[in-house]
Amino acid sequence: MANIPVSGSRRRAEPVEASEAWRSFRFAAWLGWQITSNWTDPLLFAIYSVIRPVARAAILVIMYGVITGNNFTDPLFPYIFLGNAFYTYVFSIMNGVSWAVIDDREHYKTLKYMYIAPIRIPAYLLGRGVAGFLTASLSVVITILAGVLFLHVTFDPLHADWLLFSLTMVIGVVMLALMGLVLGAISLLIVRHSGFIAESVSGVLFLFSGAIYPLDVLPIWLQPVGYAMPITYWLELVRRSLIGDVAQAFTTLARFTNLELLGILVGLSAVFGVASIFTFRVCDRRARERGLIDRTTNY
Amino acid sequence: MSNKVGADAVRPTRNSGWKLFFQTIIARSYPRIIGQQRETSWMLFDIIMPLGSVIGYVLVYKALHAPQEYIGFVVIGGAMMAFWMNVLWSMSSQLYWEKEQGNLALYIMAPNSMMAILLGMALGGMVATLLRSVVIILLGSWMFDIQYTVIDPLQLFAVFALSMTALYGMGMMFASAFLLFGREAWAVSDLVQEPVNLVSGFYFPIKSLPFWVAAAASVIPLTLGLDAMRQLVFSTGLSLGFLTPGVEIGILAGLCVFFLVGAKLLLGYTEKLAIREGRLTEARR
Repeated sequence: MANIPVSGSRRRAEPVEASEAWRSFRFAAWLGWQITSNWTDPLLFAIYSVIRPVARAAILVIMYGVITGNNFTDPLFPYIFLGNAFYTYVFSIMNGVSWAVIDDREHYKTLKYMYIAPIRIPAYLLGRGVAGFLTASLSVVITILAGVLFLHVTFDPLHADWLLFSLTMVIGVVMLALMGLVLGAISLLIVRHSGFIAESVSGVLFLFSGAIYPLDVLPIWLQPVGYAMPITYWLELVRRSLIGDVAQAFTTLARFTNLELLGILVGLSAVFGVASIFTFRVCDRRARERGLIDRTTNY
Repeated sequence: MSNKVGADAVRPTRNSGWKLFFQTIIARSYPRIIGQQRETSWMLFDIIMPLGSVIGYVLVYKALHAPQEYIGFVVIGGAMMAFWMNVLWSMSSQLYWEKEQGNLALYIMAPNSMMAILLGMALGGMVATLLRSVVIILLGSWMFDIQYTVIDPLQLFAVFALSMTALYGMGMMFASAFLLFGREAWAVSDLVQEPVNLVSGFYFPIKSLPFWVAAAASVIPLTLGLDAMRQLVFSTGLSLGFLTPGVEIGILAGLCVFFLVGAKLLLGYTEKLAIREGRLTEARR
């Protein structure tokens, strides 16, 4: 049992666990990337990775163009465009982490071996999300590039706040990975619907996080849900760091400074992080007790 | 109790020909309709998820202060998207899933027509999705106060029936094609989903697209089906249509023939390949 040091003090066991967690994460990242990408050649895989988010962005661009008569100078356009582009991370990372449970348990039928191998399961699942992060990054870059080159998205790299952007991205990616861990933990316990979890949750969060419209558009009784979501603040900070004043033109979060938003993001991420670790422990224990690790529910 | 003796007494009566064909259709559609009623929580996923997209895009239009009919366009588009998702994931990819689960070999060995199995899948999927689609329209219309003005009910019925026949015909054709793609089937489904959402105009009138793009997208049955339906159920729909509903009905009828014949030919080829090579039904992980 990895949690119980066989001999020696607690101090001796900790470095071993840390290295075990890192090794689990590293190899899971490699494995996840192989599973995600090795079904075709790199060029086709790159096209496959970007076509979905670019098509989704194009839907919004056409909707926007139809209604505004192609007036792409309105601040709402970059607001929608960037929010939609960066939201790609939400589904990709959460799905990457949580789908690993289904993929290993039901498809490859290897989850039981993972559980008895000398690895840390949470670190392993988080590692499986790396492939999602990489493909999402590729599609976000391509989408923004297309926006800047062809769709009049006002983005000047020289005026972007790269420090704020980097900080926001690091916190955001960790937050999304931990949210994915919650879904992975729940996937350990449920049957048949587990494949829909990440899609459903990211779909619902899409509505409440102000990704493609300011939160003010939501009915007033639903707005508090959006304010309670760390993704809302993450997207706002991403926009502010990249397009500055354009993002601050919207009243939704205008009363907060960047530092305050960062504080809220860190605070909410910490709350979600603690909740995810607690949820994983509870679900993992129940799955072990009920013998759910090696079941197959007709993948 | 039968009075027959000898070999006839033990030989079960077997249907053949058209009787077996229709029996197979009913048998394959049965799990699609009944199975979904038994797993009611699936209906929640199937309704809530498309409805979530509908609400999202409606709110984008609201943020842009778009005219009310565009919100109606999104609701109709969201309802029809349920059919597209069903065709993509439960028709086109279905033979691939069946192969993975080990049923495909049984289908091919059984004395029934594979075409009947595909028709059964289509019929069952269509009926089950119709229920969800109606719920999406009802909820969407109620939530966003959509007003409909049906201009020609007969044409509307013709458009819907032809769109469904052509769409599920396309699904039947793709089922064989996706089987030949092997394990890339999942990726192919994932790849085409969003671009089709874009060019079919689920959330905006396809008249907004450049003419040749809209013309090329008309190969997908839902493109013209949606365009015609919107023209026939909204008072301002005719001014936003790509072609007239009459022309679109004619093209949809042509697409029905094309996809059903294509499905028959491609399925025949797949069956021959399965028998000749003996490897098509292997599940490869």
